[in-house]
Amino acid sequence: MVSSPKVDSPAPDPIMLTMSSVTFRYEEMTMSFDLQVAAGECLAIIGPSGAGKSTLLSLIAGFERPESGRILIDGRDMAGVIPARRPVTSLFQEHNLFAHLSLADNVGLGLDPGLALSTPQRAAVAEALAQVGLSGLEARKPGQLSGGERQRAALARSLVRNKPLLLLDEPFAALGPAQRREMLDLVNRLARARGFTILFVSHQPEDARHAAGRTIFIEAGRIQADGPTAALFDSPGGALAAYLGRD
Amino acid sequence: MTGLPGAAVAAALLLILGGALAALIAAAPPDLAAIAADSYLHHVLLFTSLQAGLSCLLSVLLAIPVARALARRGSFTGRTLLLRLFGLPMVMPAIVTVFAMVALYGESGWLHWLMANAGLSTGGFLYGLSGILIAHIFFNMPFAARAFLAALEAVPGESWRLASQLGMNGRQIFRLIEWPALKGSLGSVAALVFMLCFASFAITLTLGGGPRWASLEAAIYQALRYDFDLGRAAVLALLQLAISGALLLGLHRFVLPAPVALGLGRPIARPDMAGQGGLALDAIVIALAALYVGLPVVSVIIAGATGSLVGVLTAPATWQAAGIGVAVALSAMLLATFGALLMIAGSGRLSRSGPFQFIASLPLAASPLALGAGLFVLLTRFGGTLEMGLGLVALINGLMGMPYIVRVVAPAFRDSAERHDRLCASLGIAGWNRWRLIDGPLLRRPIGLAMALVAALSLGDLGAIALFGTPNTTTLPLLIYQQLAAYHLDAAAATALLLVALTFGCFVLIERLVGGPAHG
Repeated sequence: MVSSPKVDSPAPDPIMLTMSSVTFRYEEMTMSFDLQVAAGECLAIIGPSGAGKSTLLSLIAGFERPESGRILIDGRDMAGVIPARRPVTSLFQEHNLFAHLSLADNVGLGLDPGLALSTPQRAAVAEALAQVGLSGLEARKPGQLSGGERQRAALARSLVRNKPLLLLDEPFAALGPAQRREMLDLVNRLARARGFTILFVSHQPEDARHAAGRTIFIEAGRIQADGPTAALFDSPGGALAAYLGRD
Repeated sequence: MTGLPGAAVAAALLLILGGALAALIAAAPPDLAAIAADSYLHHVLLFTSLQAGLSCLLSVLLAIPVARALARRGSFTGRTLLLRLFGLPMVMPAIVTVFAMVALYGESGWLHWLMANAGLSTGGFLYGLSGILIAHIFFNMPFAARAFLAALEAVPGESWRLASQLGMNGRQIFRLIEWPALKGSLGSVAALVFMLCFASFAITLTLGGGPRWASLEAAIYQALRYDFDLGRAAVLALLQLAISGALLLGLHRFVLPAPVALGLGRPIARPDMAGQGGLALDAIVIALAALYVGLPVVSVIIAGATGSLVGVLTAPATWQAAGIGVAVALSAMLLATFGALLMIAGSGRLSRSGPFQFIASLPLAASPLALGAGLFVLLTRFGGTLEMGLGLVALINGLMGMPYIVRVVAPAFRDSAERHDRLCASLGIAGWNRWRLIDGPLLRRPIGLAMALVAALSLGDLGAIALFGTPNTTTLPLLIYQQLAAYHLDAAAATALLLVALTFGCFVLIERLVGGPAHG
């Protein structure tokens, strides 16, 4: 379960995610997204608060329904597919764990939401916890852990779920710069080993530079800039330059 | 602000409570063995515990599915109205509830009539344990449901998204999300409901229908006003105080029904909402709960409007009782407010829950009848007459109101202290200026709410006035009790409607006058 990912397309860079003319209205703002992400890519999503970054991830995960447009994940149309049936794992900024359940149970939920786990499944949970550096802490409750450790446990759940698309909605925002970088490295390493595709929202341009090969900039419900991270930050245009505070 | 006035109030409060307690102990017969062997006492104690336990169990068990259905259906027409309706029983005078039960379930009530016409012979089920339970559930189920709903609505949105993504079904959601959320408030809600039912007076006195179904509170009243048996009343009152006190001490963090603000935010998509079966079940649960709480309220309004409204409104006795009730309620409200505020201010900045706040919560362990019995003994010992009792009624209601003020206002006061203490110190804002500019405007709303609550509770109280009332000093609840006892149902209906209107009017007026106009 933990050893080999299910993503095994022979073609180079198959498309993992396609969003075509996906629109969504929240209060006064109408958002519209067009986006393609290749399998195995690590994409950073930056932009001001309220621009629609989290909404973009919610649309992909199926927590929100688009008014129009199409979302394809791994070649499958997601229209009418409930969140549990989508090949997606989400990590939120907080509340990723249930405070009254042990770490093992919290991770085990990724295998069975009823927590009736077989012995091999329990072993998989322990292995996933070990991979994120939390071996031996199965019985701990989230309250006994630091913020960084809690997010590691949530990451372990995404490993046992083994869904090819990982959506990170600022799960490391509360951590310091060094720890944030360390977590991003961990995510990248584990995801690469399994061929996961990563989309992560961040408020820190240096995080995008550090971890993501490609970055998109969202403002007012639209993708305003899209390109290789280094090129984008080295010569930002218009709205992105204003957001970054450069003239 | 120094703690001196707060300390003075706390000392006075301890003196009154201690004096009442000492008077009860002095009046109780010294033969403990005889008391312990008294079979009437055993019976009263057993029945009081039994009805309180059953009322608590049923109220809480019924409240859970109601709260769950309301949480699952976050937006339907009339939801806000229904939640307001659920807040009503808390401020509805107990004697009015009794009348509503009689008008609905009694021998000449609607439901009885409907069932008889449908060929269902029901017999009388309103008097005795079943009637007490029906009324107590009416009082407490909506309160418990609101508390549980608040707990469910506090579940973070991420948990629901996780549930969707992990594919949890309804049972798994209950086990992993809802039950853990409910568990936190279950204990305190159940304990509070048990205490309220244990100290229930108007309902057990009237619907109990005799010594067989007497609760401790009703037994105290009968011992004092019918049997003139001070010794027995003292023993009963001491029992009541001991048990409530033990319950109060046994609870670490006691939660009073601080009015909960229920969210009207964006409804969160839950994975267990879509099924047709669940939708139908939720609709049935919500409709039944709405009928259970709504029908008594409607029957009070209809019975009142079709009762002898003109006769009651033109009777001088009605207005005399209303006037006395309002005067007593306003005195109690002012007493409770100033007393509690001085104690909060005296202890709030020193520690998170200062000693004065604990003292201000002590009346929770008392009950109007037990405290009243102590003061009654003091009054008769020092040669007072019942006509002097109105002051004591105001005093009892004021003391009983203090914990509510503390519960509603103290958290806001503490917040303000934590947020502004340093800024105020650096700017030199202190004393009256601090109250006028900073604390007053911020605390106005909770204080207004708490004052309105205390006034409403006092207006509807039957316990203290039943002890000290005379033909010349009656309030509307006592008048309704007498009308019910004399089977003047038409008059009771009209008086009940008047009392409800008066209580509601006072509540809104005080809340707006003190708390400022409603915003939003």
